[in-house]
Amino acid sequence: MSTATHKLLKGATGDWEMVIGMEIHAQVTSNSKLFSGASTAFGGEPNTHVSLVDAAMPGMLPVINEECVRQAVRTGLGLNARINLRSVFDRKNYFYPDSPQGYQISQYKSPVVGEGEVLVELDGGRSVTVGIERLHLEQDAGKLLHDRSPTMSNVDLNRCGVALMEIVSKPDIRDAEQAKAYVAKLRSILRYLGTCDGDMEKGSLRADVNVSVRKPGGPLGTRCEIKNMNSINFIGQAIEYEARRQIEILEDGGQIDQETRLYDPNKGETRSMRSKEEAHDYRYFPDPDLLPLEFGQEFVDALKAELPELPDQKKTRFVADFGLSAYDSSVLVAERESAVFYETVLDKLANRARDGKMAANWVINELFGRLNKEGRDITGSPINAEQLAAIVDLIGEGTISGKIAKDLFEIVWQEGGDPRALVESRGMKQVTDLSAIEKVVDDIIAANPDKAAQVKDKPQSLGWFVGQVMKASGGKANPQSVNDLLKSKLGL
Amino acid sequence: MTDLTSLTLAEARKGLADKTFTSLELTDAHLTAIEAARVLNAFVMETPDQARAMAREADSRIAKGDAGPLAGIPLGIKDLFATRGVRTTACSKILGNFVPTYESTVTSQLWRDGAVMLGKLNNDEFAMGSSNETSCFGPVGNPWRRDGSNTTLVPGGSSGGSASAVAALLCMGATATDTGGSIRQPAAFTATVGIKPTYGRCSRWGIVAFASSLDQAGPIARSVRDAAMLLRSMAGHDPKDTTSVDIPVPDYEAAIGKSVKGMKIGIPREYRLDGMPAEIEKLWQAGADWLKSAGAELVEVSLPHTKYALPAYYIVAPAEASSNLARYDGVRYGLREPAKNIIELYENTRAEGFGAEVKRRVMIGTYVLSAGYYDAYYLRAQKVRTLIKKDFEDCFAKGVDAILTPATPSAAFGIGEKGGADPVEMYLNDIFTVTVNMAGLPGIAVPAGKDAQGLPLGLQLIGRPFDEETLFSLGEVIEQAAGRFTPARWW
Repeated sequence: MSTATHKLLKGATGDWEMVIGMEIHAQVTSNSKLFSGASTAFGGEPNTHVSLVDAAMPGMLPVINEECVRQAVRTGLGLNARINLRSVFDRKNYFYPDSPQGYQISQYKSPVVGEGEVLVELDGGRSVTVGIERLHLEQDAGKLLHDRSPTMSNVDLNRCGVALMEIVSKPDIRDAEQAKAYVAKLRSILRYLGTCDGDMEKGSLRADVNVSVRKPGGPLGTRCEIKNMNSINFIGQAIEYEARRQIEILEDGGQIDQETRLYDPNKGETRSMRSKEEAHDYRYFPDPDLLPLEFGQEFVDALKAELPELPDQKKTRFVADFGLSAYDSSVLVAERESAVFYETVLDKLANRARDGKMAANWVINELFGRLNKEGRDITGSPINAEQLAAIVDLIGEGTISGKIAKDLFEIVWQEGGDPRALVESRGMKQVTDLSAIEKVVDDIIAANPDKAAQVKDKPQSLGWFVGQVMKASGGKANPQSVNDLLKSKLGL
Repeated sequence: MTDLTSLTLAEARKGLADKTFTSLELTDAHLTAIEAARVLNAFVMETPDQARAMAREADSRIAKGDAGPLAGIPLGIKDLFATRGVRTTACSKILGNFVPTYESTVTSQLWRDGAVMLGKLNNDEFAMGSSNETSCFGPVGNPWRRDGSNTTLVPGGSSGGSASAVAALLCMGATATDTGGSIRQPAAFTATVGIKPTYGRCSRWGIVAFASSLDQAGPIARSVRDAAMLLRSMAGHDPKDTTSVDIPVPDYEAAIGKSVKGMKIGIPREYRLDGMPAEIEKLWQAGADWLKSAGAELVEVSLPHTKYALPAYYIVAPAEASSNLARYDGVRYGLREPAKNIIELYENTRAEGFGAEVKRRVMIGTYVLSAGYYDAYYLRAQKVRTLIKKDFEDCFAKGVDAILTPATPSAAFGIGEKGGADPVEMYLNDIFTVTVNMAGLPGIAVPAGKDAQGLPLGLQLIGRPFDEETLFSLGEVIEQAAGRFTPARWW
């Protein structure tokens, strides 16, 4: 279901519409693997996190890791999806050295999570709802190492058997922007839930993207699947390339062959990996080593009760409680760490109701702006939430002006330290003492008699006087006091 | 002291407890017998040093009064059970000299209870066969011969080594596994007692898998009581096998000698096959009469889907096997044939490592699971399986306590006599036993008589789920009536 307008691609024969569906493989956050007790820790020496079960030794049997089931159910709940109280593990049979059993244990006909949906925000306040077809649990494979020997390949089974959630969307996505936003939103939900760390560089989150094109509103075209994408930007590029490739073929009177393709980010193109004819026959059948996965509604309800606040709920709350704009709210909640940072700032504020919105502006404009400029993320911020809250407090209580606050922010960014103490020690306090300001005001009026005479006819030139006073006070004068004082002295 | 080998397990337990002899003496007697019987090819690996060490350990525990229920009893272990530090091959070339670093749950429970391991027993490759002729170590000889004949007969399969070794008095009991009859048919061919317990009664962890939804471990023993003693140690819930069932293991031995008076015994009319030998028919009748004399009531019952059991079995079992055997790929352990690339590695290794019967079943299994065939074969076979299960449930719902059938359609046959041109000829051996695996029920084979050529024949009793005790009670009635049978030694 698409509510937002989406991008159409222009071809020689007119506009084309993209139809996109995604399969996201998200590594489940758990200490041990889906069917064995081996560790899931990343980056171990090859083959140090391998149990007898993972290596498929003769006579070994899988035993389901309940935590992985809980994580899948939590994720299902976070995707507003139907939880299936009975699901079945199947074997997907294929030979490859990274799959010691000769099959992957997956869920084929009866997944643990059924249909759900995700609200995806786009630029300009637009949004689109993407349907979730299903979520199922399955085993990850090992990794082949081709660089250790000139004549042989080696295999590292550390990842083999680690739990993955495959999250399959409906073909509701209509352009690259939506696709990127969908992955980002899904990743955000998973991270809020703590069910997947979402680290795409480490491969914790990978996407297979199905792309087809059609005339707007026309029948669905033949799709191609782009496998194993691990960057949101590459996903966008691959979709654009693939859609244009398909349009070109169709406009030349050709046909799209259903196939699996790979994206080459260096060349910016997709290329064929295997055709439909070469596709494996996986010979799925229920794994006879495992009983059907069954649990009661109370199991689901207990997990639901403990679910953390998710981005959509948080966003609504920020708008309601602090009067933030919908846009600012969604910026703050997009990443779990950003939301946590903002909420910690809120916790530290002296007057949350008064300064909550200002704090949001400071987080978004000053902090995020600065972090972006330096290519850092919130976890690498040199200013912590407590320091930022102190700066906002100082403004809110009138101790410093917004302008001074920016200088203070810079000092804290560069040197660290307690903002309140810095204001004291460096004499940055705003001057609210009228007698001190009055002298400055009088001097400036006296030095500029013609401007003072004009101001009655041109009230907007009052700003010039304010600026002069602020400048003369080194920015420490309280602008409101200066304003009031000037008005009375100039008879406005 | 060679007559120590002719004791039953129960008798040996008493002798050990009374200190009439030691476990070391008992073990040595069996090791000597094994050495003298190598022509039978029952053992594929003898472990005399380990056996004596375990026997000494048992003796010291007996001396301390700290003896487990099987303390000092020498056993043979089917080569399908992983034994730590001892080569385990499933009698397939593809496992090569595979030495597990782990012990199967079933055998570790036997060692926990004090039993002594004599060595590993021959079986059909990956337990696929009914004659023990598919083993990569060659066929096993049945200690029984036809009267006046020198022809070596098969001991049945797949647990042929287990049955032969127990019948030839080479071990006091043996572990075995049964996927379609692999405990009961060889027991019947060798005049030994074999029980396949209810699916889920014994852990499958550490047993080389053939068909996971059908495989079940059980003992082959010299008497019904011996089988009861062994099963008590072998059975039990195992968190490492989620298909094993968490219910207490009863004292099966206590069921021996319990009255069967008033028990209702079903005689299934569908098991009366066309062309069944008259002597099988006669044996079946004799079994019914013995149970009747013991006070049981006999009723004719119907198991209408019986005729579909064998075809359905030969879809389900190969389907699971084709997937279970995919791990034997030459990559991590076992045989690896030289190759230029990974596909060749798979092809060469599996072509060289698997025997003809295993290849046949892997191909059947791959075929029936293939896209476009799955519904017609695998799915339909599973439906048949549900119907077979329901047949039994209906029968038990009518108050039937157990079902009596022949164990096999014939006595043992000669090596090379069957299945050469038509594998189905061999598959028909399991016609009376596969239904029990398909339904997950317990079944016991008890020696009941001999055919005209002097070869042993057995009867099968099928019980309710987890009611092995009734089978032991009834089995002992047949054993008492029929007597025990020992082959004349020719080896």
